[in-house]
Amino acid sequence: MIASPTPLHALHLGLGGRMVAFAGYDLPVNYPAGIIAEHLWTRENAGLFDVSHMGQAFVSGPGAAARLETLLPGDLQGLACKRIRYSQFTNADGGILDDLMVTKLDEAGDKLFLVVNAACKTQDFSLLQANLPDLKLEILQDRALLALQGPLAARALERHIPGVSALKFMAQQDFVWRGETLFVSRSGYTGEDGFEISIPADFAENLAESLLAEEEVQAIGLGARDSLRLEAGLCLYGHDIDATTSPIEAGLNWSISKRRREQGGFPGAARVQRELGQGVARLRVGLILDGKAPAREGAEIVDSTGAIVGRVTSGGFSPSLSRPIAMGYVAPKCAAPGTPLSLIVRGKPLPAHVKTLPFVPNRYQR
Amino acid sequence: MTKILFTKDHEYIVVEGDIGAVGITDFAQGQLGDVVFVELPEIGKVTKPGDQAGVVESVKAASDVFAPIAGEVVEVNKALEENPALVNEDAQGAGWFYKVKIGNPAELDALLDEAAYKAHLESLA
Repeated sequence: MIASPTPLHALHLGLGGRMVAFAGYDLPVNYPAGIIAEHLWTRENAGLFDVSHMGQAFVSGPGAAARLETLLPGDLQGLACKRIRYSQFTNADGGILDDLMVTKLDEAGDKLFLVVNAACKTQDFSLLQANLPDLKLEILQDRALLALQGPLAARALERHIPGVSALKFMAQQDFVWRGETLFVSRSGYTGEDGFEISIPADFAENLAESLLAEEEVQAIGLGARDSLRLEAGLCLYGHDIDATTSPIEAGLNWSISKRRREQGGFPGAARVQRELGQGVARLRVGLILDGKAPAREGAEIVDSTGAIVGRVTSGGFSPSLSRPIAMGYVAPKCAAPGTPLSLIVRGKPLPAHVKTLPFVPNRYQR
Repeated sequence: MTKILFTKDHEYIVVEGDIGAVGITDFAQGQLGDVVFVELPEIGKVTKPGDQAGVVESVKAASDVFAPIAGEVVEVNKALEENPALVNEDAQGAGWFYKVKIGNPAELDALLDEAAYKAHLESLA
C-alpha cells in the first residue's frame, strides 16, 4: 500500500523531514534537528505537529450524546457544551477498540465532534454506522489537523488567533482565520499545554507556515510525539491499549464517571464493573530503568524471583530525564511504585522499578 | 597507512596493520537518528563475518551491528558508554565501536571501498 500524503506533505519535504509510512500516511519521523532536540524544544517552547492522519467526524441527531454512550464508557451527557472528553470505544468483552476525543457541540447533546486514531478510523466509522444508524455520521476528510504543543504555544497562537489563549483545558471554540473556520481545542497528547486545530485542508499549509515563522515554534515529527506522550504517561493505541486490555487495567478509571460506572450501558460494562469492584488481573504501570540500555515493546517483565509478571508495551529513551523509560502491564502485586523488577532485553535482565505516571509532570492549563 | 572499507549493511572498518576499528557509517547514524545506547562486544569475543557484534539503540529502535570480518575483539570504545552521541557526531571517527585483530586479511577483499559504498548508497536512494 502506498502511504497517502497529508495536506502538509510538501511542507514536510521542504523542511527536510525524514518520511515514514505511519497508519497509511507518509509522515515525518523527525526533521534535521532530530528527535531529542525536537522533544526538548516542545517541552521548553512550542512544537507544531501534523496530525492530519487522525480521523475527524461529526456525529449528529436527536440524543446523539446518549446514543454514543452506548458504545463507550465516557460521560457525554454530563459534558458541558463545547467541552471535550477522552474516552474509549469498547468491545463486548470490555477491551478497547480505540481511544478518542469527543467534543459536545451543543447544549442538547445532539451534535458531537470526534477525533479518532488514524489506524482505527475505518473500523471506528463502521462501528458508528452499524450501531447508530439513526445518527448522521459526517467524516471530515477535507480537514487537516495541526497540534501546537508546549509552554509557549498559547503565546505564539494568540498572535494569529486573538482570544485563543483564553480557552480552557479540554474546551473547544470556533475561530475565523483568514475567512476560514477553525475548530480549536485546548488539548493535546504531549503532557504540555497546547492546542489542536482543525482547518480546511487547503489552508493548512498557510497556517503551518505562519506558525513556523514564530520564534517559539518548530516543526516536530512522529518520533518526538511518541517520546513526549510516553513521558506524559499517555497510552498509544495498538501498543499500551488494545482489544484485550480494559480501561481499568489501563488505569483509565478517571475517564469513566460515577454515573457511567453505576449505570453501565456500554459494551463490556460487566467487566469494567467487576474489575472496579474486585480488582484487575494486570495493571498498566510506568517503569524507569536503572541503567542506560532501553527496553522496547514486547520485553518480558520479571520479578525478583525471575518469574514473568508482565510485558513492556511501550519503551524508549526519555529525552527529558536522559534515561530509558517504559510502560507495561504487570500483576497487581508488582504494581506499587518503587517495586523492583527486571526487563529482559536480549536475554539479559535490566534492573528497573515501578514509577508513578506520568514520568514528567503534566502542565495543562486548567 | 590506514584504509576504510564498508559493508552493504552500513558498517565500516578502518584497517591499520592487522587491527581494524569497526563502527557504523555516517549514513547509518543519520538513518538511526539520536543514538542513546551502544551495546559493545566483550573483549576476547571471536567473530565471524556477519555475526552480531553489538547493538545500537536510537530513541526509536534497536539495530544490530554485524562484524564485517572474522577476528578477535581486542578493544572497545569506552567513550560510548558515557557519550553514545559520539556515534552521531563522528560516526567514522571518534564514534568507532570496537577494534578487532584481523583473522583473515583476504576477507577484506570482499568489502566495499569508498567509491563502491557511495555507489551502493546511491542505489538505495
